[in-house]
Amino acid sequence: MGTMLEIQGLTKQFGQFTAVDDISFSVASGEVLGFLGPNGSGKSTTMKMVTGFLVPTSGTAIVCGNDVTRDPIAVKRHIGYLPEGAPLYEDMTPAGMLSFVADVRGLSGAARRNGIDNAVSKLQLDEVFNQQIGTLSKGFKRRVGLAQAILHDPDVLILDEPTDGLDPNQKHHVRELIAEMSKDKAIVISTHVLEEVDAVCGRAIIIARGRMVADGTPAELERRSSYYNAVSVRLHRDHVEGLKSALDGIGDIAHIETGEPAGDTAHVVVMSKDGATILETVNARMKDRSIAIEQLYVERGRLEDVFRQITGDVQGRT
Amino acid sequence: MGTAFAISKRELSAYFSTPLAYVFIVIFLALAGATTFYFGGFFQRGQADLQSFFSFHPWLYLFLIPAVGMRLWAEERKSGTIELLMTLPVSTTQAVAGKFVAAWIFAGIALALTFPIWITVNHLGSPDNGVIFAGYVGSFLMAGAFLAIGSFVSALTRNQVIAFVITAAVCFLFMMSGLEPVQSAFRGWSSDFIVDLVASLSFLTHFDAITRGVFDLRDFVYLTSVIGVFLFATVVIVDLKKGS
Repeated sequence: MGTMLEIQGLTKQFGQFTAVDDISFSVASGEVLGFLGPNGSGKSTTMKMVTGFLVPTSGTAIVCGNDVTRDPIAVKRHIGYLPEGAPLYEDMTPAGMLSFVADVRGLSGAARRNGIDNAVSKLQLDEVFNQQIGTLSKGFKRRVGLAQAILHDPDVLILDEPTDGLDPNQKHHVRELIAEMSKDKAIVISTHVLEEVDAVCGRAIIIARGRMVADGTPAELERRSSYYNAVSVRLHRDHVEGLKSALDGIGDIAHIETGEPAGDTAHVVVMSKDGATILETVNARMKDRSIAIEQLYVERGRLEDVFRQITGDVQGRT
Repeated sequence: MGTAFAISKRELSAYFSTPLAYVFIVIFLALAGATTFYFGGFFQRGQADLQSFFSFHPWLYLFLIPAVGMRLWAEERKSGTIELLMTLPVSTTQAVAGKFVAAWIFAGIALALTFPIWITVNHLGSPDNGVIFAGYVGSFLMAGAFLAIGSFVSALTRNQVIAFVITAAVCFLFMMSGLEPVQSAFRGWSSDFIVDLVASLSFLTHFDAITRGVFDLRDFVYLTSVIGVFLFATVVIVDLKKGS
């Protein structure tokens, strides 16, 4: 599918401070891109530039062939945007809010009716449709914000922390919605909830201090974790020393981490060196020595760990 | 222009969804009546005109209009909805115009509700209705000028109270610039040209001329220009400050 959103060397400076530093990437239709980074890393600023709210210091974003620095209105027509914190006119009702957005977007007749009906049913807003937004719960407010973003069936959806403040059921629901809509749209979501990336994103970009520090599928990123291919073993606490000596001398093992035992069960993580496959070797050695274990599994790498590794690096560098 | 219209519609319904609209209208009508009859001596003057009615409008507007204008942009910035609004396919000019027009229509509704006094004066005598009509147009334009100033100041801050106070102060200066205290402050050090220029900026001078029935197009042009200049300045400021 074609590229819907292309970001080219996007940079934003506030005085001396560089909030976003030369970011480039593109998103195709059908793709859900997770935009990760610690707070203040420039996620929201990037999104604000793409949606035409802030003017870039240099670089640009091309949305469906329109350059945001030349024709921001055309870009805004193609984008559905949920700003950070989902700001809404609190003195309006969802009904009033959605018809206002439909009016401004120039929807009329059947397109307008269908757009509103569709958004309301997808986000389950029926029960609060005529209630003042200011009186709604955080979850409902977020859903009204999402509803106004998808109202006009945009080609590009930009959602700044779409599941922030939702309970687990609602989070699940919104993720399903995103996955469902991603078929014919390019979607960018920012988040610092890493499980979300695993759940909905086909690709993730990590930024720190305004710079892009990683770009890949969640699985690729997990491979960069020091836990990737590590072997977790649960066994009786008395056997821990035996296990350690059994594993002595295996070249592919970086080191062995021992957690605090819970009751009689100890948890040992055998870290692999450079992501080498060590399960078989570890397993064979344990069999040789007849060490009884309760549970054994291979770690797939922790995104959270990669996130900390990568962003921590950058934070510490200056 | 459909976009600006949609914004006006939303704004206007927002006025009436809070008590602000009703409080404003009731107080405006009460004060307009009180000043006309008690301070203006409507009956004592024994003349069939609305001079005593219109002459207090600048003073009523001075503290009532900033209350309408203060929320125009300050509220959007404070609540963050400016990001929602300005990422819809809307130009800054459309947004500024749409919001201003809504506020102006609202002030117009309050002004229109003073119609009983027009009926009253026609009942009591035979006034020059052309002059009264011109007075209404002038008053409406002046409300617009105050609102345009309010819109501009409101775009500068996210604090509505500050917007109110500064708008009132700026409007006060514009009103007073034709009067002696301001004139003498300038006369000491500047040329006659500057003194005349400052005097020509006075709302009071222009508005008085309109309500007295001296029809001079320049008075209308002046008020319209003030609206235009301050709305243009609002567009510039909104673009500059929306992200901060």
